[in-house]
Amino acid sequence: MLQELGISSPEDLFADVPPHLRVKGLLDLPQPLLSEYDLYRHTKRILVQNKTCADYLSFLGGGCWQHYVPAVCDEINSRGEFLTAYTGDTYQDHGRWQALFEFASLMGELLNMEIVSVPTYDWGQAAATSIRMAQRITGRGEVLVASVTAPERLCIMAGYCGPSATIRTVPHDPATGLLLPDEFEKAISESTAAVYFENPSYLGVIQGRAPEIAEMAHGRGALCIVGADPISLGVLAPPADYGADIVCGDLQPLGIHMNYGGGLSGFIASHDEPRFVMEFPTRLVGITQTTVEGEHGFGEVAFSRTSFIEREQGKEYVGTGTSLWAITAGVYLALLGPQGMKQIGEAILQRTQYAKGRLGQVPGVRVPASAAPSFKEFVVDFNGTGKTVAQVNKALLGHGIFGGKDLTQEFPALGQSALFCVTEIHTKQDIDRLAACLEEVVAS
Amino acid sequence: MTARTGRQRQASWNEPIIMEMSVPGERGFIPPGLDPEMGAPESDALGAVVGATAGVAGRDGTSGSERSVAEMIPAGIRRVAPPCLPEMAQPRVLRHYTRLSQEVLGNDVSIDIGKGTCTLKYSPKVNERAARLPEMADIHPSQPEETVQGTLQIMYEFEQMMKVISGMDRFSFQPGGGSQAIYANARLFRAYHGKRGEGAVRDEVITTVFSHPVNAACPATAGYRVITLLPGDKGYPDLDSLKGALSERTAGFMVTNPEDTGIFNPEIDKFVQAVHDAGGLCAYDQANANGILGMTRARDAGFDLCHFNLHKTFSCPHGSGGPGAAAMGASAVLAGFLPVPLVERRGGAYRLVYDLPDSIGKVRAYHGAVQGVLRAYMWVLSLGAEGLREVAETAVLNNNYVLKKMLEVPGVGIPYADRRRIEQVRYTFAKMLEDTGVSTHDVRRRIPDLVTHYWTSHHPFLVPEPATIEPTESYSKQDLDEYVAAIRQVSDEAYASPEFVKTAPHDSTIHRIREEPLDDPGMWAMTWRGYQRKKVRGAYAGAGASGGTADGQDPS
Repeated sequence: MLQELGISSPEDLFADVPPHLRVKGLLDLPQPLLSEYDLYRHTKRILVQNKTCADYLSFLGGGCWQHYVPAVCDEINSRGEFLTAYTGDTYQDHGRWQALFEFASLMGELLNMEIVSVPTYDWGQAAATSIRMAQRITGRGEVLVASVTAPERLCIMAGYCGPSATIRTVPHDPATGLLLPDEFEKAISESTAAVYFENPSYLGVIQGRAPEIAEMAHGRGALCIVGADPISLGVLAPPADYGADIVCGDLQPLGIHMNYGGGLSGFIASHDEPRFVMEFPTRLVGITQTTVEGEHGFGEVAFSRTSFIEREQGKEYVGTGTSLWAITAGVYLALLGPQGMKQIGEAILQRTQYAKGRLGQVPGVRVPASAAPSFKEFVVDFNGTGKTVAQVNKALLGHGIFGGKDLTQEFPALGQSALFCVTEIHTKQDIDRLAACLEEVVAS
Repeated sequence: MTARTGRQRQASWNEPIIMEMSVPGERGFIPPGLDPEMGAPESDALGAVVGATAGVAGRDGTSGSERSVAEMIPAGIRRVAPPCLPEMAQPRVLRHYTRLSQEVLGNDVSIDIGKGTCTLKYSPKVNERAARLPEMADIHPSQPEETVQGTLQIMYEFEQMMKVISGMDRFSFQPGGGSQAIYANARLFRAYHGKRGEGAVRDEVITTVFSHPVNAACPATAGYRVITLLPGDKGYPDLDSLKGALSERTAGFMVTNPEDTGIFNPEIDKFVQAVHDAGGLCAYDQANANGILGMTRARDAGFDLCHFNLHKTFSCPHGSGGPGAAAMGASAVLAGFLPVPLVERRGGAYRLVYDLPDSIGKVRAYHGAVQGVLRAYMWVLSLGAEGLREVAETAVLNNNYVLKKMLEVPGVGIPYADRRRIEQVRYTFAKMLEDTGVSTHDVRRRIPDLVTHYWTSHHPFLVPEPATIEPTESYSKQDLDEYVAAIRQVSDEAYASPEFVKTAPHDSTIHRIREEPLDDPGMWAMTWRGYQRKKVRGAYAGAGASGGTADGQDPS
């Protein structure tokens, strides 16, 4: 090849990089591990320092959740064809397009909506984009966000919407974790672009008065955006059924490993109205027909919306999202089917109420929102134990348990409280073990 | 080895859409069901509801109870009708998706050099094996630090590597991809100038037209007015045009180098200096870094910020369009503005640092796509300094070899022909269009018949009838010859029988699509339910494939 180019060294090809910008000699990097075995052994020796949620009994949630990952989900997302593809068109990557269209179709059934985006990075980004979409659709600048929204998501949303929106938080009932329609009523005005709340909320409370808030928003010409956990939707109504115009959330519960947070994937969904569709910044996969009767192909819908075409004139920005997780979530929904989604929702619902009741019996421990049903997560109040959450969790760690997520920084008003998460993977024995350990910990 | 001969073609399974595959009663996966032993805790009324229900649920979890556990959910928000998901046995789900996967020309399958700017290279399988270990896959991001020391060590050590590779002083791996890193850099511009009391005045960001589109879109999203510089005779903007755009309103400059043409701007440090002189910051989009690894560094040219796409240059798989991952680097002055948390080592232990007073906060949840960091760490460790340099040299050699061969193909040319190219080339097929009527979009549809990729380019098409090809270090001379042979075949066809190319594809997974439904609100359908609804309304009557020039796909 050098001969073909008439040069003696590849060095000659770098003549445009001026000498004063060249790296002198070699970079000061570690000696390479050339053997695959050496590399793997070295890396694995570092990684085995980690304690996994399989080694320990984990009750951590709050934005990333431990669910069981069906083997077929891993099998499909490990397929080299999907894993190493990028963005070929329908003639190059037909199967990738179909899998993404099917993901949207399956989610569309779960959500009772016709538009589902190719997913973005995570729920926070999906919520932030939903808000900016609502602003462009309504031409209004203010957004009301429930104060019980996940603080990390709220931080992402506030940062992202900063240049265009004012985000106002609307208080919830601190005793029950419930949203207060009256507070939304007080805050809403003709400049409200949208209301945003999560159902179940960050603190796990199922929000029975969500329909009233949606109706109130519509009454003032605002949109209703709901953040939802897709694994709850076999038992909870799709937010569209109680008035949501845009729904967002995270796909991670649907067959995706936690990956220390790297398994997150944010979806955005809406009804099929051009004023909504044209405001999505993400890729949207559309189905179409071919010259052969009955054969389908796919393509980008209204691609000129995007920054790929219009640069700074496009809707926000778009780049590499989380398509492999979309394909995986599609596999998950196809495996579970309507029965499976109902069963898993019921199983989580049952285990959550059981855990709330059981932990509430631990002396000094209170489960404050126990009057309202919870899904997957709930607050455990340690104020009566004389111990901090940090102390409790440290002691639990000694028992091989990851206790709940410490809420002392995020919700100072709750004092020493933690957010516990229970999913279909937890058995009665697991929850009883937690309770027994807690009894020991708070008594010590 | 001998060259491949004979006909190859893509798989074509003609799989139905999964929504058509339901067989009532089939199950693919049975989740853990209600636990009949979860008796009601006495103090809890809701628990009693659960207990009563659970008591009559079947042990296999197939709830036979008339009184569903779901009844505890308030009526207005309880799911009434089950979702219309397909009912499928597990082998059928597996077979369907396996077949779909076979209809994808991933990098494991094809000589994937036709997607310039995307740096498609071999993703080592051993890195994948490590990324899928339970010690990576099954850890929760809120676990105590002492239980994730392995992952934090990888992040810390990879940061040290990236500092050496870029010359920067601190790295965050939080951005979920290159675009989000550019967006985060724009946010850093805001935070930096805001802190200095110039946030309101400095409201412009400058970029170049041959930088990736997000270098314009991200600062706009972050609230900036964007100025785009056009290239001069050398393929990159003149320094004077930059100086003309600079003012007291300049917040910063965002640029790719080499730009998407593959041309390296040798005056880049003068550009950076000019921006600094005007009080602005400079962010280096290193999406095109594969050809300059170990050759030249962002910080040495004066940049304040940079980012690398770990799913491009650093071999992480592209995942059908993500998850990607990015490494975002900052100079010492700007390190305090990075997203939190960062990783540091103290007393032999690794910890997460949140107390950065100037931090822009969060752009992505938790710690980013850390499995990408692990793969990139392993990739660098498998190469070392010499290996990294060899990556750059091989990639650039491969590119220049392909360039020479491509220029021998009738109808193919390049703009700025007197300039060298680094790791990729933006070609023009304008002469082919002029000679034969065959456009770059026609070529795009014909190339998949030959089982490989072709991508036109990012917009705007400043180079007419463009195509961008990036041969990375992963391909042999024979692979490259095979790719160029495919382009040559299409060129021969264009000159001999242009209609044949213009009516492609002829031998792909599917036939020619109708493109007009994709832009027609009456016809577009992004879910099966939407498609069914519009089809019933007769929206698709009068079938027939359309030509169209809709580009369809732009890598990112």
